[in-house]
Amino acid sequence: MTAEATVTITIRSEDSAVGVLPAMWAVLMRDLRGAFRQRQDLLNPLLFFVMVVSLFPLGVSPEPAFLREAGAGILWVAALLSVLLSLDHLFRHDYDDGTLEQLVLQPQPLFLLLLAKTLAHWVVTGLPLVLLTPVLGVMMQLDGNSILVLCLTLLIGTPVLSFIGSIGAALTLGLRSAGVLLSLLIIPLYIPVLIFGTGTVSAATDGAAVSAYMALMGAFLVLALTLAPFASAAALRISLSNS
Amino acid sequence: MWQIFHKLGSPKWFYGIASKLMPWLLWLGAGLLLAGLVWGLAFAPKDYLQGNSYRILYIHVPSAFLAQSVYLMMASAAVVTLVWRIKLADLFVRSVAPVGAIFTFLALFTGAVWGKPTWGTWWIWDARLTSMLILLFLYFGVIALSSAISDEKSAARSTAVLVLVGVVNIPIIKYSVEWWNTLHQPATFKLTEKPSMSPDMWVPLLLAVLGLYLIFGWLACLRMQTEILTRESRTRWVQELVRSGEG
Repeated sequence: MTAEATVTITIRSEDSAVGVLPAMWAVLMRDLRGAFRQRQDLLNPLLFFVMVVSLFPLGVSPEPAFLREAGAGILWVAALLSVLLSLDHLFRHDYDDGTLEQLVLQPQPLFLLLLAKTLAHWVVTGLPLVLLTPVLGVMMQLDGNSILVLCLTLLIGTPVLSFIGSIGAALTLGLRSAGVLLSLLIIPLYIPVLIFGTGTVSAATDGAAVSAYMALMGAFLVLALTLAPFASAAALRISLSNS
Repeated sequence: MWQIFHKLGSPKWFYGIASKLMPWLLWLGAGLLLAGLVWGLAFAPKDYLQGNSYRILYIHVPSAFLAQSVYLMMASAAVVTLVWRIKLADLFVRSVAPVGAIFTFLALFTGAVWGKPTWGTWWIWDARLTSMLILLFLYFGVIALSSAISDEKSAARSTAVLVLVGVVNIPIIKYSVEWWNTLHQPATFKLTEKPSMSPDMWVPLLLAVLGLYLIFGWLACLRMQTEILTRESRTRWVQELVRSGEG
């Protein structure tokens, strides 16, 4: 399937009339199609998310009071780890079969194509996490309002995680033991998102206004969306020139 | 103009300059640091609130200064690596990253020792402690990445990208953590204001900070020289140098 898609991308770009937006759309749809043809890969980060969350009541305490207080933090940390684990897939397959090199050779700016690619990654990993959150939120004894706010923060926050993560994925491409290294590089950069994500939910639980927190999360999203693709494009070129 | 630029980037030229510079850096730095420490630890007045325990500040503050500014220096060198591809800039980033990590660790460690008598606990999840801890993580990331890539050129450029991504994040991390929780006293020195300490307390601190900067310069030169010798071990000038050193 991937070889076929490579050919279509290449042929299209030889036609000089192909604009940037159609090219981005093609990359996005291709990645989504590829992901849905390998359903188990889609499911694994979600299962990981559920399992990590269920470790906390077992390992720390099943008391409703504890869960209510720590639930949002636990869900956020689990989502963060789940995104982190799935990042390895972002470029790996395309790197192995050479599609990535074709992508770099396209006449369209690489960072825009990577933006589309990372967006596709978010749709198949971050978005399902958000959809699953209400169920786990109920299991964590969170009240309705908190769950709503938690979902919103994850909706804004998980794309930030994907975009920051794409830089690390591009930097560690083709290295031995890339997985652990990737986590080492990326976790410090995730900390602000985590702080504000959980801060928003605890403000909501206390009945305070959350709009200021939400605005800051939005600012993170805009910053990540505009800056991260440049960095990952630069990193990707370096990693590919290495191989 | 370009010749000078080219010369500046040549490891051989740097090796010579560094050899001349290093004794100055070492002796001046050691002198200043020693003067600052002796003055601060033995002669500066006691703090009216914290007694003698505040004296660890003469080690804590200089290492915290260095911990942050080494990262900034690395970021400037990273820009030079990416834009002009000067070998020396990359040498600098890779040689000083462990030094920066050690200064960060030192700042954290002395902070913990100071925290015990002052706050009654070794560690607290306070904003400035936490952001220093994250800075330490960033240093570890840089060191790990630069040693994981075997190809020298792409290691240099990948590390530079990572350092730059980190430097964009440092203010964000700092402010978000500060918002999250704060207990640490505000910074003692601000460039824009007169220090709130009495002069016989801050003058030795200033001496210690300056001294440690010079010592850092010496350490950076030393580590870069070592790195140059390993990397260029096949060139004639290094072999002649080693031979003359033996003879």
